[in-house]
Amino acid sequence: MEPTATDETAGFRARQEQFARSLTDPAADLPAGVTTRRGVADATRFAVYRNNVTVGLVKALEKRFPVTARLVGVEFFAAMARDYMRRELPSSPILFDYGDGFADFIEAYDDAAGLPYLADVARVEAVWTRAYHAEDAPAMTAAGLGAIEPQELAGARLARHPATQLVRSPFPVGSIWAAHQKETVEPPRDWRRETVLVTRPDMQVTVCILPERDAAFAAELLAGETLGDAAGVALARDATFDFGPALVGLVSLGAFRAPTQQGKTP
Amino acid sequence: MHRFDGAAAHLPARSGLGLKPEHYQAIFDGEPDVGFFEVHAENYMGAGGPPHRWLEAIAERYPLSLHGVALSIGAARPLDKAHLARLKALVERYAPRSFSEHLAWSTHDLGFFNDLLPLPYTEETLDRVSAHVDETQQALGRRMLIENPSTYVLFEESTIDEIDFLAAVSERTGCGLLLDVNNVMVSAVNHGLDPLAYLDRFPVERVGEIHLAGYDETVDGAGERLLIDAHATAVRNDVFALYEHVLRLAGPLPTLVEWDNDVPAFDVLYAEARRVDAALAAETARRNCRAA
Repeated sequence: MEPTATDETAGFRARQEQFARSLTDPAADLPAGVTTRRGVADATRFAVYRNNVTVGLVKALEKRFPVTARLVGVEFFAAMARDYMRRELPSSPILFDYGDGFADFIEAYDDAAGLPYLADVARVEAVWTRAYHAEDAPAMTAAGLGAIEPQELAGARLARHPATQLVRSPFPVGSIWAAHQKETVEPPRDWRRETVLVTRPDMQVTVCILPERDAAFAAELLAGETLGDAAGVALARDATFDFGPALVGLVSLGAFRAPTQQGKTP
Repeated sequence: MHRFDGAAAHLPARSGLGLKPEHYQAIFDGEPDVGFFEVHAENYMGAGGPPHRWLEAIAERYPLSLHGVALSIGAARPLDKAHLARLKALVERYAPRSFSEHLAWSTHDLGFFNDLLPLPYTEETLDRVSAHVDETQQALGRRMLIENPSTYVLFEESTIDEIDFLAAVSERTGCGLLLDVNNVMVSAVNHGLDPLAYLDRFPVERVGEIHLAGYDETVDGAGERLLIDAHATAVRNDVFALYEHVLRLAGPLPTLVEWDNDVPAFDVLYAEARRVDAALAAETARRNCRAA
């Protein structure tokens, strides 16, 4: 029962549109028709709404990206977050989803070019929140893996756990993230590429740095490739790749979802 | 419009507190004597994880109030059907005793602003808001409460008084009202009105819940006192005095203390709940005494 757009509704829509546009554009005029009991508009009063919107959204990003904020400092982060907000408002009212595009924004943000690893740290933080709120599901166990017949192993595909995400970075992004969970930050000892697996087998989100020779294997499996094909890709990258420990390692991290009908054929 | 019966489920006429993640463990372990807990619906719209695990555990022990902050009932644009569906899923999952939303808007084609924005009060917006309330109640299959806003500006085009507007929405749709006493103080001071006169005119028989919170204070461009609905402190004494006035008018009602920013230790919040329960008990005693 939406009213049809009469001239009057069109007027209300247009005025709300102007109010909305003035909220995130500090250079915009005050919206028409806004007043006070004195009969004149007051910029300070309208600024309360502007401030609520800006501070609220910057805070939401700060909450989701605390290490990113710590790396650049509160003021720089707030300025960067405001720039992001002016380009991209939340597309839904689920605020913990806000910032899915923040890492890409940081990657292209000139003022942050001096910290090339910053975007990947933000990627780890973005997937952390997704893992936290992901669908609950039992993780495949070593026993579940053992239930796969040996002759079927090479052709088997493992289902990604709904919380599992991989971040592959040319920087020690897992070590940087981990170091900033503590009050005193010690810089990573080895400056090298890292692949981070984030998941939540139960109620605790886990962030693990994978052995680099297992990274391609993990990426292939999570993309839905068979164990055999994934092992082939990993071996072609690194002849020291060891299938057994790599697979058991990923399973023990809770990277995969337990099959719903374990042992049965569909 | 379909009118929903308000008698199905009620919050107890006790103190309630906003449920905050930093207090999950303290509440679960300490089982504080609180009448109900209220959550912001949007914080529980993820698929799974700790928020739902905790809410299930706490909802087993306490009555629950679901409070939406983003349905954007006062928007010129249509309601977000996906958001309504998410609300419906929460209502079905947790069977809250109450569902409430705001006389405000927060979503536009540009995106979600994460603030409760004001609207003019005209015949046209009254039709619009009533249609949105009706649509929400139909979608959720239950009666809802609509909360009076705190505002910082007025609109030249407004032709309807705020209380008349709220009463008309309630009359047309059968929805109840949520009376936020802090919002009354904030709006009254900001627009030069007498908060007691506002409360004396408010249709208290339609009120299903009361909200209390702390305001901040500044001045506007003309140096006039400007109150901000901050939810970052204890309830101010002048707001608490207004609350006691409401209790004398309306009798004991479910009363939530909101503290959403600079959230303190649970004990500090709990002390606010004790203060509310004491006021509710005093009003009950006063009424029993008068009846005897």
